[in-house]
Amino acid sequence: MSANLSAIFYLISGVLFILALRGLSSPETSRQGNFFGILGMIIAISVTFLSVGNFSSGFIYVIIFLLIGGLIGAFIAYKIPMTAMPELVAGFHSLVGLAAVFVAISAFLNPEAFNLGSPGNIKLGSLIEMSIGASVGAITFSGSVIAFLKLQGIMSGSPITFKGQHPLNALILISIIVLTYLLCSTQSSNLFWILLAVSFLIGFLLIIPIGGADMPVVISMLNSYSGWAAAGIGFTLENSALIITGALVGSSGAILSYIMCKGMNRSFFNVILGGFGSTEQSSSTTNKEQKPVKSGNAEDAAFLMKNASSVIIVPGYGMAVAQAQHALREMVDTLKKNGIKVTYAIHPVAGRMPGHMNVLLAEANVPYDEVFELEEINNDFANADVAFVIGANDVTNPVAKTDPQSPIYGMPVLDVEKCKSVLFVKRSLSPGYAGIDNDLFYRENTLMLFADAKKMTEDITKNI
Amino acid sequence: MEIDPFIFRLSIFILSIFIGYYVVWSVTPSLHTPLMSVTNAISSVIIVGAIIAALAGNSESIFNTSNIFGFLAISLAAINIFGGFLVTQRMLQMYKKKKDK
Repeated sequence: MSANLSAIFYLISGVLFILALRGLSSPETSRQGNFFGILGMIIAISVTFLSVGNFSSGFIYVIIFLLIGGLIGAFIAYKIPMTAMPELVAGFHSLVGLAAVFVAISAFLNPEAFNLGSPGNIKLGSLIEMSIGASVGAITFSGSVIAFLKLQGIMSGSPITFKGQHPLNALILISIIVLTYLLCSTQSSNLFWILLAVSFLIGFLLIIPIGGADMPVVISMLNSYSGWAAAGIGFTLENSALIITGALVGSSGAILSYIMCKGMNRSFFNVILGGFGSTEQSSSTTNKEQKPVKSGNAEDAAFLMKNASSVIIVPGYGMAVAQAQHALREMVDTLKKNGIKVTYAIHPVAGRMPGHMNVLLAEANVPYDEVFELEEINNDFANADVAFVIGANDVTNPVAKTDPQSPIYGMPVLDVEKCKSVLFVKRSLSPGYAGIDNDLFYRENTLMLFADAKKMTEDITKNI
Repeated sequence: MEIDPFIFRLSIFILSIFIGYYVVWSVTPSLHTPLMSVTNAISSVIIVGAIIAALAGNSESIFNTSNIFGFLAISLAAINIFGGFLVTQRMLQMYKKKKDK
């Protein structure tokens, strides 16, 4: 196949990838979008086979390795529970990063195969692109592995900070630039390996100081990195499908990071530099014992909801941890049978990744037109009878609107307190991730339900 | 004077960033998780580089170091391609409207 013809096909698959993302603008068109994505991938892979045109023994091995990976991927995709989606996405990002590194290594060792010159004499432009692709790929890999371990609970979700962390990171980032420069001027393969090692290290160091609830930003950021890595390799390989995709994914991740940061009213750098709320925690624990808290049981909650005419559900990460989404849906079904209007309110940073709660509710068969975003539903709280907060905390804290001293001041929150009564399902009075006390717990109209989210929801259903 | 092909690729890249910007802002927030898994799947189009790397050289020495890295990258990318598209499909199947029930 001629180079020009294959370039046209790569362009077509790039366009199909754009349509795949475009399809996600509404759930109706999304499945078609995914189909476009698959089609684009099939075209890209087939064209590559045809343009290499080497149907020797190696071809068989390519198919074998492709199938091995494919089977593993398909197996994971069918087995993974929806609550584990953040871990899965983090894990997948690490694979994109590592694949980019491997392709870059291969191109560095055997540049002739890619028309990039000969070993030790690689074209300058290609070498720069290759170094960027490899370095960003390595950062994506080690960063995603840490994010995966934190989400999976293998590694503590709390921020790991040490003295001199920021100067050290800055030093390493500068050394990456210096190494890239030296590599391009000397073509030394030793420098290439050192560059990779240092990039792996910085990916690791960048993610360890970031805490669990900031994971939505981290995952989005790593998503963006994996895109830039792919684009870097795309320049090396002079492949437009890869360049287009890399740019799409890179900007997609960047936009998601921005949306997540805005949802927390924090700057990107504030999140990335890590270590949030560690100082506030001690001060808030001292004075919280004195304030009276009304707590109730499942019967009280059932009574309140049965007599309501509209209920708004506010799910958070705690619902995912307790796997309470199905029990919740059953509760809502029972309420609806009693003629009560039920809607769901989702905060942008609820859960551990963008859109996490929406997927869980969809899994529990909640129709997506009953689920609303913060701006759409926030005015409705004043007219609702009951707000049922399950596994959320900081995103409902009215302090964000009233106390300029608070670390979460200015963060958009759900106006839960405007409801006639608030039901708060929670294990204990412990503060949320930001380490600050939630005023809501002590309000006149709040009833605390201390229990496991799933068990409490089931008990309420029985009592309605 | 002839224009370096790099400039053309750079143009594609910059314009694609803009396309990405506008397309992603139009994605509904409730589909942000499928957005991440599908971007994951499509960024694994890096497999084209892996295939070229794996098949480089003559057929007698198909397991050179550089080939081996190519083969490994094929498997990694394939996990992502199959896993990413299938899990996206699985998620999208779950999004239902009220009247469908």
